[in-house]
Amino acid sequence: MMRDGSVYTALTGMKLDVARGEFLAIVGPTGCGKSTTLGLVSGLEPASSGEVRVLGEPVRDVSRRVGVVFQADALFPWKSVLGNVASGLRFRGVPRREARERAREWIARVGLSGFDDHYPHQLSGGMRKRTALAQSLITTPEILLMDEPFSALDVQTRALMEDELLDLWSTTSASVVFVTHDLEEAIALSDRVCVMTAGPGTVKGIYRIDLPRPRTVREIRFEPRFVELYREIWEDLRDEVLVSYERAKKHAGA
Amino acid sequence: MQALSGHADEAVVNARRRHRRRRVIIFTLRVLFAVALLGSWEVLSRTKSIDPFFFGEPSGVAKQIWTWQQHGTAVGPLWEQIWTTLKEALLGFAFGVGAGVVIGIALGRVRILAEVLGPYIKAANSIPRIVLGSLFVIWFGLGLTSKVALAFVLVFFVVFFNAFQGVREVDETVISNARVLGANERKITTHVIVPSALTWIIASMHTSFGFAIVGAVVGEYLGSAHGLGNMIAVAQGTFNLNGIYGCMFILAVVALIAESLITQLENRLITWRPTRRDELAP
Repeated sequence: MMRDGSVYTALTGMKLDVARGEFLAIVGPTGCGKSTTLGLVSGLEPASSGEVRVLGEPVRDVSRRVGVVFQADALFPWKSVLGNVASGLRFRGVPRREARERAREWIARVGLSGFDDHYPHQLSGGMRKRTALAQSLITTPEILLMDEPFSALDVQTRALMEDELLDLWSTTSASVVFVTHDLEEAIALSDRVCVMTAGPGTVKGIYRIDLPRPRTVREIRFEPRFVELYREIWEDLRDEVLVSYERAKKHAGA
Repeated sequence: MQALSGHADEAVVNARRRHRRRRVIIFTLRVLFAVALLGSWEVLSRTKSIDPFFFGEPSGVAKQIWTWQQHGTAVGPLWEQIWTTLKEALLGFAFGVGAGVVIGIALGRVRILAEVLGPYIKAANSIPRIVLGSLFVIWFGLGLTSKVALAFVLVFFVVFFNAFQGVREVDETVISNARVLGANERKITTHVIVPSALTWIIASMHTSFGFAIVGAVVGEYLGSAHGLGNMIAVAQGTFNLNGIYGCMFILAVVALIAESLITQLENRLITWRPTRRDELAP
């Protein structure tokens, strides 16, 4: 991924490789261009200059091989859970019956059996995220981009969803790029953690997380190795957070 | 567990009973309000505290409607007049909604169209449209067409602006999600834009049906041989105050029936929306 911007430089000279089937987390202070990165990779936001390559091909438009789970609620409020999960297949021309059948399987896999006919507004935040996961995964993306997907959830639901995500991911061959501002979440979930600098964003450091899998997110935080990694990465991240904080303070003062 | 669910059932029944009782009370109060209002009007009029010639009286209005119903109006049977006006309003409404939705969505989706046509539509909208009634009577004559045209013009702009706004208000994240899931532009329109804008469009139908009736009645008033607007013009010419009130009453009933039909349509089409409490529900 490369982008050398001119007007507002969200990202500059950024290079980041994601291996097939890898879980990569990107952490950084607010405004470091984490979300821009995902916009570029998904093809939703075209790069102002430079080139983004995904799976060896330059990104020109939204790719069928990429899935996205958004930070905000992105379900179709006028479709039921079944309709929402089936929509990706319907958009891609899968016949209605087959799409619904496969959607039911995915609804079961994310633990929402029995809620097929519910509308999003009738679901809890966690259930909506499950629906969003099923909606994205049913299209079997090779890369799944997640933009702070669980940041709106309460702490308990969030831990449950993180475990759920790891379970689902382990059954697919998808690579995951997971953007978060929460270092704990990043370490608990990923194979590698990429720390970004305060904007204009670029890669500051990449850390391999050598914690064994399968992991239980709720418990892994107490492992000595987890704490060690956390301390090491935090040293790096802290400076960037301070820079971004000082900058925000200056803006507020001006 | 059995006992628990028993309790729960009882609670539900109680809540339902309370709800029903509340509705009966509210209905009674509504009736009392109407009785008090009409009663004081009648009394003030009978005792000559207000001039019955200028203000009419409820019993006179009722008598007038009864006479129309029994012996017909100056221009024919009452039902025919109501049907004439209603037909004009419905036709104008149907064309206006159709055109408003299609053009509103088109302009909302195709940016260049909106940018080129935007100023003209704003200019057209700023014309006091009732005035067009005079123009339409000359263009289309005294028959049905001129009234349908006026109703159409009144309805079109309301629906158009709502449809346009509805398209513009669609959540960007939801559109992005549809694109990532593989929707092309056409599918985004049918699966995302239209359902989302439908809330706005149907909301605009509540107001715009009222406008359709205004268009039909004003059109008839400006020049016609039939319809409620014509009856109002006749009543005005003969200083028949009760006649004017009678027409107003009939129009109000027609509008309320139409309103409840639109609400039913709304509930059927927008089942996905969280149920809201509206205090002004009929």
